[in-house]
Amino acid sequence: MLTLSKLTTMGALAVAALSLGACDIGPKTSEQGGFRGTGIAQISDPDNKIDPGTVPPPPYELPPPSGPKASEVYQNVKVLGHVSQEEFDYTMAAITQWIVPADAPPEQAGCNYCHNAENLADDSKYTKVVARRMIQMTQNINQNYSDHVKKTGVTCYTCHRGNAVPKYVWTDPKPSDGRLMGNKRGQNTPSPVTAYASLPLSTASMYLGLDAKAARVQSKTIHPTTLNLKGTKDAEANYAIMMHLSRSLNVNCTYCHNSRAFAQWGQSSPQRAQAWYGLQMVKNANQEYIHPLTSVFPANRLGPQGDPYKTNCATCHQIQRKPLGGAQMAKDYPALLTLGPKGAVPGAAPAGAAPAMPGMVAPAPAAAAAAPAAAGN
Amino acid sequence: MASYQNIFTQVQLRGHPEMGMPHKDDSEPRIPLTAYSYWMGKLGQAQLGPLYLGKLGLASLLFGSLSIAIMGLNMLASVNWNPNRFLKEFFWLALEPPGPEWGFSVYVPLAEGGWWIIAGFFLTASILLWWARTYLRAKALGMGTHIAWAFASAIWLYLVLGIIRPFLLGSWSEAVPFGIFPHLDWTAAFSIRYGNLFYNPFHALSIAFLYGSTLLFAMHGATILAVGRYGGEREIEQIYDRGTASERAGLFWRWTMGFNATMESIHRWAWWFAVLTTLTGGIGILLTGTVVDNWYLWAQEHGFAPAYPDTGVVDPSTSFVAPAPVPAEPSLMAADPGAAAPAAPSPAEGN
Repeated sequence: MLTLSKLTTMGALAVAALSLGACDIGPKTSEQGGFRGTGIAQISDPDNKIDPGTVPPPPYELPPPSGPKASEVYQNVKVLGHVSQEEFDYTMAAITQWIVPADAPPEQAGCNYCHNAENLADDSKYTKVVARRMIQMTQNINQNYSDHVKKTGVTCYTCHRGNAVPKYVWTDPKPSDGRLMGNKRGQNTPSPVTAYASLPLSTASMYLGLDAKAARVQSKTIHPTTLNLKGTKDAEANYAIMMHLSRSLNVNCTYCHNSRAFAQWGQSSPQRAQAWYGLQMVKNANQEYIHPLTSVFPANRLGPQGDPYKTNCATCHQIQRKPLGGAQMAKDYPALLTLGPKGAVPGAAPAGAAPAMPGMVAPAPAAAAAAPAAAGN
Repeated sequence: MASYQNIFTQVQLRGHPEMGMPHKDDSEPRIPLTAYSYWMGKLGQAQLGPLYLGKLGLASLLFGSLSIAIMGLNMLASVNWNPNRFLKEFFWLALEPPGPEWGFSVYVPLAEGGWWIIAGFFLTASILLWWARTYLRAKALGMGTHIAWAFASAIWLYLVLGIIRPFLLGSWSEAVPFGIFPHLDWTAAFSIRYGNLFYNPFHALSIAFLYGSTLLFAMHGATILAVGRYGGEREIEQIYDRGTASERAGLFWRWTMGFNATMESIHRWAWWFAVLTTLTGGIGILLTGTVVDNWYLWAQEHGFAPAYPDTGVVDPSTSFVAPAPVPAEPSLMAADPGAAAPAAPSPAEGN
């Protein structure tokens, strides 16, 4: 006979089962990362490992760095002219399979995605102008940001993964029009970007974009001073960009921080410093390399506010602590490891008939000056 | 199952409804509507009504409804008046206070936080009027005003959060948004901004009183239910005329922990614990950002937080030099035929 107590028990079980529906059932592994008792641990779910992706093999064996230089053989070679022609060809073949592989949509067909098939030296396709700057960006990252990329380095594939536009990119949000209708003040929307909190959504634009501002909110003094005028709202945005880091790397807060004192470096793990260099790297890439290409991109490669698709932590990391599972890939592409020699002086005519880069703007002095200023972030 | 062990009230009285004593002062008349509810009777008293509304109650409900309507309509406008999205995103939606650019000015455009100020004013008016109502109704009944002062303690915390602290800091943006998740996220961000609120000793006191309140509530509730078979739930009578229920309850605690509260003093314990939760909490919030800007550092200074071994990590911004910009104009990047082959990147420590 169905009694009230039986009914109550069944109801309680049903409620318990339903309320656990959002949980990841199954064993978790915990990995201690700091001093005992500080709770610095990484919880991971071995049943739901995210595939780090596989590294495509080099197109063929890396040719020796001897022989004629690319700039001596080809015309209008500007950022890879210092490598041998054979290595140049090898690098071009690799880039083709990274960006526009054989299974790419037909309109993105191999060499012709960037090059004019009639004249490979021609700069008429915007993609070639962009690719040139992106090669410089890659070289800059490998040469100047080894604090972040270490010996692993990056290649075009680290972000692109066979796509003409990388999967994880962002553009500037629509600024508030000062009206109430449809205005959520850039937050208060369920989204995985903020781990389903009501925190600000466009924090990449706040902290990694052209007008990147300092993220640090906590005072270095016990009592209030005018040195720190950040408020609780700044802390909300800071929290949100940290959720972006956490999600991009698939790690907890305690991968880097001792959560009792987030700001204290002496209680943080070395990964926090590495992440800090990474944030400088991303800002540098967005401000110095991607934003100046704004006028080069066609309208369909720009966001709703007319700014190009930019990078954040997820662009490379793609939900992995180390992009591509830490695979050593860049070593096979020495042309991408260092910036080319800066032998040129303004006005010096390059080899070949180089048409002026229409719309290619020099980095604004403000953007260049922003880098050291942003170093305190 | 014995008849005195139950979850719901077992006995319900029916008869002429209890209308209460006549007012001793010039209070307005009560609304003489009464009814009996079987299901409400399971949880508490089966009799509903009579209700005293009065001018204060009416004004309080009016201001409160206006405030809730302003919040709801602002949230509805934020999803373009779409009722589906309103329901789906309700827990995320908010009425945000004015941004820092407005300081503590009351002349804020409605869409930029002006509605928040108005909703906050109406809500505060509603709460204060309701407080006056609890005070005056207690007086009218010849009671003490303990309930009103306990409520005042909660209002103190509310006022510190919403107006006193924003006034002292000169910015509405330091106030709490109206909204379910938004106010929770605000709480987390507030703690992070001010160096971890758990190192705020008044926050610690508030937590101690909060958890203490739940413990006392559980102990007292359990004790009274346990002596219910001897009429222990008739606490007032037991205070005046200590019976076997009171004797057994007191004996239990003296046996188990050597000390017992009395039938009367346990309620004083509970009242003070509850009142001190929000009283100390309000002091803690008031000091945050006005007197202390980083509670972790304060706690280190005062030996209030343990120190752990230093990890040796230093702030990289103190030594970082941004690389020189590489010209964006590719035509300036002429090749140097005599350049050496590119070197491998500097061997750094493995990540």
